[in-house]
Amino acid sequence: MSTRDWLLADSPTSRWQANAGRTYRVFTALLRNPLSVLGGVIILVLLLTALFAPWIAPFSPTGQNLSQRLLPPSGVNWMGTDELGRDIFSRVVWGSQITLTIVLLVALISAPLGLLIGAIAGYFGGWVDRVLMGFTDIFLSLPKLILALAFVAALGPGINNAIIAIAITSWPAYARIARAETLTIRNAEYISAVQLAGGGPIRVIVQHILPLCTSSMIVRVTLDMAGVILTAAGLGFIGLGAQPPLPEWGAMISRGRTFILDQWWVATMPGFAIIIVSLGFCFLGDGLRDVLDPKSEGKS
Amino acid sequence: MTTEQPALTSPPPEKLTSKRTRRQIGAVVTFLVTLFLTFLGLLAITFFIGRVIPIDPVLAVVGDRATQAQYNAAAAAMGLDQPLYVQFVNYVGNVLTGNLGMSVSTGRPVAADLSRFFPATFEMATLGILIGVAIGVPLGVIAAARQGTWLDQAIRVVGLLGYSVPAFWLGLVGLAIFYARLRWVGGPGRLDIFYDGLVTPITGMILIDSLVQGEFDIFWNAVWHIVLPASVLGFFSLAYIARMTRSFMLDQLSQEFVTTARVKGVPERVVIWRHAFNPIRVPLITVIGLSYAGLLEGSVMIETVFSWPGIGNYLTTALLNADMNAVLGSTLVIGSVFIVINKVSDVLYRVLDPRAR
Repeated sequence: MSTRDWLLADSPTSRWQANAGRTYRVFTALLRNPLSVLGGVIILVLLLTALFAPWIAPFSPTGQNLSQRLLPPSGVNWMGTDELGRDIFSRVVWGSQITLTIVLLVALISAPLGLLIGAIAGYFGGWVDRVLMGFTDIFLSLPKLILALAFVAALGPGINNAIIAIAITSWPAYARIARAETLTIRNAEYISAVQLAGGGPIRVIVQHILPLCTSSMIVRVTLDMAGVILTAAGLGFIGLGAQPPLPEWGAMISRGRTFILDQWWVATMPGFAIIIVSLGFCFLGDGLRDVLDPKSEGKS
Repeated sequence: MTTEQPALTSPPPEKLTSKRTRRQIGAVVTFLVTLFLTFLGLLAITFFIGRVIPIDPVLAVVGDRATQAQYNAAAAAMGLDQPLYVQFVNYVGNVLTGNLGMSVSTGRPVAADLSRFFPATFEMATLGILIGVAIGVPLGVIAAARQGTWLDQAIRVVGLLGYSVPAFWLGLVGLAIFYARLRWVGGPGRLDIFYDGLVTPITGMILIDSLVQGEFDIFWNAVWHIVLPASVLGFFSLAYIARMTRSFMLDQLSQEFVTTARVKGVPERVVIWRHAFNPIRVPLITVIGLSYAGLLEGSVMIETVFSWPGIGNYLTTALLNADMNAVLGSTLVIGSVFIVINKVSDVLYRVLDPRAR
């Protein structure tokens, strides 16, 4: 029996085989869509760049060299140099670590938070549901970027506070999804079986409801990552996110603003990095949605 | 016969209307209550941001160079000696009476500042949404009609670019290309410097004020300056609108009545624009409303890039000066407009769509 047959078996003999088979099916379905393959490749490149930044970047991201100021892109400085003579390509490469950190932390804080709130609201119903969802809806009906800006203003500028502010503004969407999913499975027979076997609410929610929310959650989180990157870059651009000399892409664009008319590369190059990575998440998220959660097309 | 006994076949007309009126009144009350609660939630959040998060809110207002006497006076004036819920009630009262505090950076009341800066933002966002609708809707319809072709894919990528391009970057690149290189549009600001202050503000929107006063030179100069920021802003609503239009259209085009129309030999153009497009106009209104609200938010970044004297610019200046009253005031105004547009487009949807009534 080949590996492929084992993966696609109609009656898997273990939970591990079933999971592996499902992952394999999703993976092959993704491979059929060229845009999602492109997205996956972009994310992979981002991961590798962040991991191997010290070996990829030809120059130091912070080392200044005032005799090499504002050089246009060339064979040596692929993206030119900035006003302090730093190599922009090296800074963009190192900046990938910051972007990846922001994206991962925001996802790790806001998705579980939203999941938990939504699942609790959906599982218990009644006034718990009304209070939690009322709270969620208020957050949902407020502008995200503005709220994040106000939070950062109160917390103080800096990358950690930017991450907290973005996470605070992104959990409500996840809570809504988790609640909707929970409502559809709350009365399923296998849940009643667990309850009859003596499973308490915590066990039902954590072991039997949350796992079923993961696929729609993965789709939504991937699609949202582009927005998170843009918000983080926006905070950096305004001067409230990552502080110099950190090579954060938004902050780099902000530094290049002064030179946009003559030395266009200083502001333009980091922008391309932002666009490519965000597009990567969009492509991948779109493809994942088509495979995992086709009904939600259009509900952005 | 039939005119004598209408009551047997259908309920008396006045009873029907009263039932419907009652239901409508109920809907209006629910609407107002949710609107009120959402607004209260917004106030709670700004209150939380302004009073609870900062370790010392007094210091955040008076700055660290204030004397102890000034500090104590400010603390008393802010009512910080009172319990938190009293402070919140006072805060809500102040906001409702239009008192948003003083701005540290401009030295004027925040409410006055905001009403001075709001028209510029409104003008740009409105032009932006017009551009977005004028281009986005046809693009979405075309993409749906040509589903799966390269044209559809191209429009899809344009739509996704709207989610992946930083607004401030697009503004900067636009300035570098269309203003610095090509000289097709005006630079930052609402007018060239020598036109500044020539029109008396009536609505505060230069495009309207200059037309009303017959200052056509100024009008064209204002157009020259607003085209680029409004287009950049419009691009982002365009992306969203085109995407949603496409998905609504695909839903319609797969319906049986569309197949019937096609089988009957109705021209494709009529099938698309009449049979398929007409039913989606109502959900589109909600989409347009939502993206309009989103543009108010997007204008924060654009205004910073284009030195546009609107609320966004005011907000970012305040952010950098840690001018909390101004920050919270702007958040409150943008948030309220956002909430109102959100809720109103939701209601419009219910009023206009017979199925949701």
